[in-house]
Amino acid sequence: MSFEWPWQYNFPPFFTLQPNADTRQKQLAAWCSLTLSYCRHHKLYTLDVMEAQESPIFNNKKIERKLSMEAIQVVFEELRKKGNLDWLDKNKSRCLVMWRRPEEWGKLIYQWVSRNGMVNTVCTLYELSNGDDTENEEFHGLEEWMLLRSLQALQSEGKAELITMDDSKGVKFF
Amino acid sequence: MDRFSWANGLLEINETLVIQQRGVRLYDGDDKAKLDVGVVLLTTHRLIWRDIKNHECCISMPLSQIIFFEEQAAGIGKSAKIVIHLHPVPANKEPGPYQHSKFSYIKLSFKEHGQIEFFRRLSEEMTQRRWENTPASQPMPTGMGTQAGRTRAVGIVGIERKIEEKRKETDKNISEVRISLKAKEMVEVSRSIANKIKDKQGDITEDETIRFKSYLLSMGIANPVTRETHGSGTHYHMQLAKQLGDMLQAPLEERGGMMSLTEVYCLVNRARGMELLSPEDLLNACKMFESLKLPVRLRVFDSGVMVVQLQSHSEEEMIASALDNVSEKGSLTAEEFAKLLGLSVLLSKERLLLAEKMGHLCRDDSVEGLRFYPNLF
Repeated sequence: MSFEWPWQYNFPPFFTLQPNADTRQKQLAAWCSLTLSYCRHHKLYTLDVMEAQESPIFNNKKIERKLSMEAIQVVFEELRKKGNLDWLDKNKSRCLVMWRRPEEWGKLIYQWVSRNGMVNTVCTLYELSNGDDTENEEFHGLEEWMLLRSLQALQSEGKAELITMDDSKGVKFF
Repeated sequence: MDRFSWANGLLEINETLVIQQRGVRLYDGDDKAKLDVGVVLLTTHRLIWRDIKNHECCISMPLSQIIFFEEQAAGIGKSAKIVIHLHPVPANKEPGPYQHSKFSYIKLSFKEHGQIEFFRRLSEEMTQRRWENTPASQPMPTGMGTQAGRTRAVGIVGIERKIEEKRKETDKNISEVRISLKAKEMVEVSRSIANKIKDKQGDITEDETIRFKSYLLSMGIANPVTRETHGSGTHYHMQLAKQLGDMLQAPLEERGGMMSLTEVYCLVNRARGMELLSPEDLLNACKMFESLKLPVRLRVFDSGVMVVQLQSHSEEEMIASALDNVSEKGSLTAEEFAKLLGLSVLLSKERLLLAEKMGHLCRDDSVEGLRFYPNLF
């Protein structure tokens, strides 16, 4: 299934940061949703700002428009404010993209856990992300850091507790 | 300068103020007086001068002291002056700033202009001689002193000078009349040509008509408001604003209700011909449009571009037309829009920016330039 670009992607002004505040807000919202859905489609968890400029998300070769470095930073900052992005370094050159926020992932995992009657049981992180039982779940193949964050989010809600076992991590759901 | 006496600056009972002008320096003959710049007041009876800062410092001289006076044109770095020749010091004169002076004339130097109007009013007062009809409550020292010898000498020279002056004045008046007659004729002629053009529009190309119109316009203002006629400061700018309001109406209507300030500047100065206007004076006059409730307005765009527009000029209409044009073409640059409307690029860009500001358009800023699109966001 190929990625479906939004209509804005072929609209040249989309690639110029709009000076009008209202217009800019709508434009940024469109950029955020495009970035997240693109990453989700391609299962991308980290983005490099330098590389991003050349990636198809921010560079539409067909209409010969690309989003400037400065504008990409603005989009990323907007994503960070919404809780969908975390910088990996102080220079803001690499970032983690969370097309689902940890709380949302946590909710999905917990739903699966309750459906399968696994409340009050312990399972390893590996089982959750790579086990045969979760193959049809969206969180299957989730990167470990993301999984850990999701479970931490559940833990703060009191729905799970992370346990450190010999060489791997486990989790108990309540 | 020794003809001046110290005064309290108050008018006598029968005395009325005729005109006053700021920024005047006094000269004792050819030398600068030891006084600063001040205000000179002409009343029906006296010439009064007051220091601009220290109002206590005020001197006056009866008009009867004046034999005659003449203009001295301004030069490079020199203000225009009025030279006033005086009768000798009367015996009973009150003390003044100068005990004695070797000159029998003073000069008023107009740093802030206004000398033409002042000169005119002074001439009026000197011919009316109102101080004779209604003597001020305090007896004014008269100019005719008792020192017979000197008086006669000065008197004869004075009379001769007076005659000479009169002759010059008449000459000047005649030539002025001639000029204004000529101007009137010229206007008549151009009017008749304009009508002829109107009648057989077909024979003359649009371009020629426009060119001729601009010629006509350059003969437009018969008596421009100048600093010389109206002094400096607010009064001058007010008069100027009124004149601008009148003359800009037609050109503004022709250009869709808006002109950039630079365009206005060129147009106005072409129309004034000799009495050129400084950009600063133009701007100051334009700033008064609103307070004077004139049908034109100065408008400053966010970018700093200044325009003069008709008050009736509707912003909504302007934005709507910009949006219509852009929607029709898909997208437009300021240059394309300017061509489409026959406007200057500067103004067409301002319109697009305004429409963008209102959220009707958005921009595409690429290597190909700045293009505006309908705001689809």
